[in-house]
Amino acid sequence: MHEMSVTENMLDVVLRHAARNGADRVTRINLVLGEFSTVMEASVQFYFDIISKDTVAEGAELNFRKTKLIASCSDCGSEFEVVEYDFTCPSCKGSETEIISGREFQVESIEIK
Amino acid sequence: MEIEVLEGVFDANEIIAKENRALIEDGGLFMMNLMASPGAGKTSFIMRTIKGLEGKVSVAVIEGDIAGKVDSERIAGAGVPTIQINTGGSCHLEAKQVNTALNRMDLSGVELVIVENVGNLVCPAEFKLGEDLKVMILSVAEGDDKPLKYPLMFSESHVLIVNKIDLIPHTDFDMERLEETVRKMNPHVEIFKLSCRTGEGIECWIDWLEKRIREKQ
Repeated sequence: MHEMSVTENMLDVVLRHAARNGADRVTRINLVLGEFSTVMEASVQFYFDIISKDTVAEGAELNFRKTKLIASCSDCGSEFEVVEYDFTCPSCKGSETEIISGREFQVESIEIK
Repeated sequence: MEIEVLEGVFDANEIIAKENRALIEDGGLFMMNLMASPGAGKTSFIMRTIKGLEGKVSVAVIEGDIAGKVDSERIAGAGVPTIQINTGGSCHLEAKQVNTALNRMDLSGVELVIVENVGNLVCPAEFKLGEDLKVMILSVAEGDDKPLKYPLMFSESHVLIVNKIDLIPHTDFDMERLEETVRKMNPHVEIFKLSCRTGEGIECWIDWLEKRIREKQ
């Protein structure tokens, strides 16, 4: 539902970097999207097609790389994939964990002409 | 040609959230971001909180709604400074809107700013506002299965308010199951079980909140 404003922010990032690098066109936008993020891929694509019109990013292909929800345990240091939102460390059963990936929505790179 | 960017899409919001934090810190304030689905009892909970803190902590409210000012009028009726943000269709508050509100309000003498987010269990979880505390409400009528459907919200919140506990005898709501699921995703969450209608459990929440505010001061 919030993809409209999220997509606007994404386009801002893309256009800023495109201008900085003197791009005539952005052909591809490589995005990293964590599985724990609430952002919907299809919805971003939908809004992007509308709001990128008449910008250098119009028609750019959106390429999503999905990352799994990975946490690290502060007690024993092990990294593990969080299954069914259970953040308990599978090795030592510790509950002090930190998310390493899976929450992000990032512009990783853009391909320009 | 490929250009490396490595910039988070939420970074722009987070920069303003940090500005909000600075405003809050400089003003000696405590800010609470209140999130819940529509009808969970956000406004009633704010009214109860204002009443419970009366004479102890001075409160101001930033009221976020898609449209209308029904809630802000109700809260202003309780005699606290209130400012309404209409998001005009957007399903969540962003740091920028809160920044504008903080700058427009007269916060002299205020100790606690309560931000009532737009009724929604999905989007508000993604947007930091610069708050000290993220509080979410789940009402009994919504069911105990919600954490697995809206995991980000339940894992991000510092406090879970289970509201409308007076309805439990009329439902299949399983409090133990709820707590077990939530603690797996958020082991340090504080859970308060209460009813804004009957007032049961409110005192416990008020005492805890006041203690947190005083600790910061």
